[in-house]
Amino acid sequence: MADGVKPRVKAPKKAAVGEVVTIKCLISHSMESGQRKDKDGNKIPRSIINRFTCEFNGNSVIDVVMEPAISTNPYFQFDATVPEAGEFKFTWYDDDGSVYEDSKKVAIG
Amino acid sequence: MKLKTITAIAAALFATTAIADEDAELVINGDLEIVTKTAAPAHLSDALDEIMSGWRFRSDGTQAMQMDDFDNPGMAAVDGAAEAWATVEGEKGKSCASCHGDVAESMVGVRAVYPKWNEKAGEVRTLAMQINDCRENQMGAKAYGYTSGDMAAMEALLSVQSRGMPVNVAIDGPVAATWEKGKELYYTRFGQLDLSCANCHEDNYGNMIRADHLSQGQINGFPAYRLKNTKLNTVHDRFKGCVRDTRAETFKPGGAEFIALELYVASRGNGLSVEGPSVRN
Amino acid sequence: MDFSRRDTLALGLGAAALTMLPFRVNAAADDAIAAFTGGASVEDGGIDLGAPEIAENGNTVPIDVSAPGATAILLLAAGNPTPGVATYNFGELAGAQSASTRIRLAGTQDVVAIAKMSDGSFKRAAKTVKVTIGGCGG
Repeated sequence: MADGVKPRVKAPKKAAVGEVVTIKCLISHSMESGQRKDKDGNKIPRSIINRFTCEFNGNSVIDVVMEPAISTNPYFQFDATVPEAGEFKFTWYDDDGSVYEDSKKVAIG
Repeated sequence: MKLKTITAIAAALFATTAIADEDAELVINGDLEIVTKTAAPAHLSDALDEIMSGWRFRSDGTQAMQMDDFDNPGMAAVDGAAEAWATVEGEKGKSCASCHGDVAESMVGVRAVYPKWNEKAGEVRTLAMQINDCRENQMGAKAYGYTSGDMAAMEALLSVQSRGMPVNVAIDGPVAATWEKGKELYYTRFGQLDLSCANCHEDNYGNMIRADHLSQGQINGFPAYRLKNTKLNTVHDRFKGCVRDTRAETFKPGGAEFIALELYVASRGNGLSVEGPSVRN
Repeated sequence: MDFSRRDTLALGLGAAALTMLPFRVNAAADDAIAAFTGGASVEDGGIDLGAPEIAENGNTVPIDVSAPGATAILLLAAGNPTPGVATYNFGELAGAQSASTRIRLAGTQDVVAIAKMSDGSFKRAAKTVKVTIGGCGG
């Protein structure tokens, strides 16, 4: 598992039924592109988060295939519809097999 | 085509491009107003009328990144430092919280007055020096590297507790000698390029130096998340880079020169709000 | 490493040839688009691509894209060593077919967005982003 990888998500705690809410997600990750070279001129191998998904109560909101051109500390902002009370699940998949997760509960109100 | 015509057209083209919105106001999270432009402090009034935060010199997109703590990539490090604050470290079995309790209470206003005089130690202390003094002497823990990621994160955590408060460093009394030294450094030309801080940041803020849009070189926003290296940067790190860019042998972070310079440069921003962690180029 | 004059000339010509390739015509980008569309035709319009005219810094460039009615959007940087940036696949609970992110651009180039619409058609938008380097960035 890559070191110090931490998610940071902004999601509302409450929403009306059917409301569209804005979600902001950041995760601290170096996103080593595979283009950089070390001091001896050898290419530093690629090691990125290659996929990000957001689900609500098991239904897909967004599924992002990520390439090395996504900046360090990948950030996404998108809109989601909240049909009922429940939980957002955020998942990041690392090249090295690690999976990072975060979740945010939403109440109706 | 005459040179004048070409330059005029080039100037016009450049003017229409949104390099920066120097009239924008910064409000964080919809409710925290940040002073990014104000009258210059008395000690500076013969050189500048107004002082401006580096935020004003950045592009619209970069400015926007600071308006919401969930858009600001520097805040991820603040989360990490908040955890470190509560983590026991060192021989004495303490965490920062053991003595200081809740950071949001005990550290309010602290960042705004640093660097400052420490009576007991008989020296001017920067925030980094004080953090390490606590770590080594109160916690029996290892000092953070002066410009390390851990130090930058902790400085950012402390900055957040003073965010929106006016920078207010003392320049008289026991710090006066250090302040004078810092001021002298600020106006001294260094390096093969023979440039002083003032040449760019006092005489030419708002202009372009090649592809960079020059700011006033204020440090109210430090530590700064720089887009170019995607991490938080401390003041001395930036000073080191600036002096190196004049093609001089640069000074050591944590050394006497940069401590004096930090005190002086901080005082040039007296009146601007503590803004860190900021987002810069 | 010892270069003969011949080697140096060849290297120089090679470099000149590479820089003369217009960024718009990038074979790898075209391949990526073809793979996404399956060879179908792509029309302009129906998709909004937000990108700065001049990037503050090529390492972190904010890009947003919006295509009402799309099921997926492909983002490409036509002048990067590899053009792929991201593919947004919108689920049933997407509040809008739009997303923002921050990307790396290796130099001045076109950022291209291709939207796959729910009716099977494809829409295209592109913006040129200037990426500068040089100054006293330290």
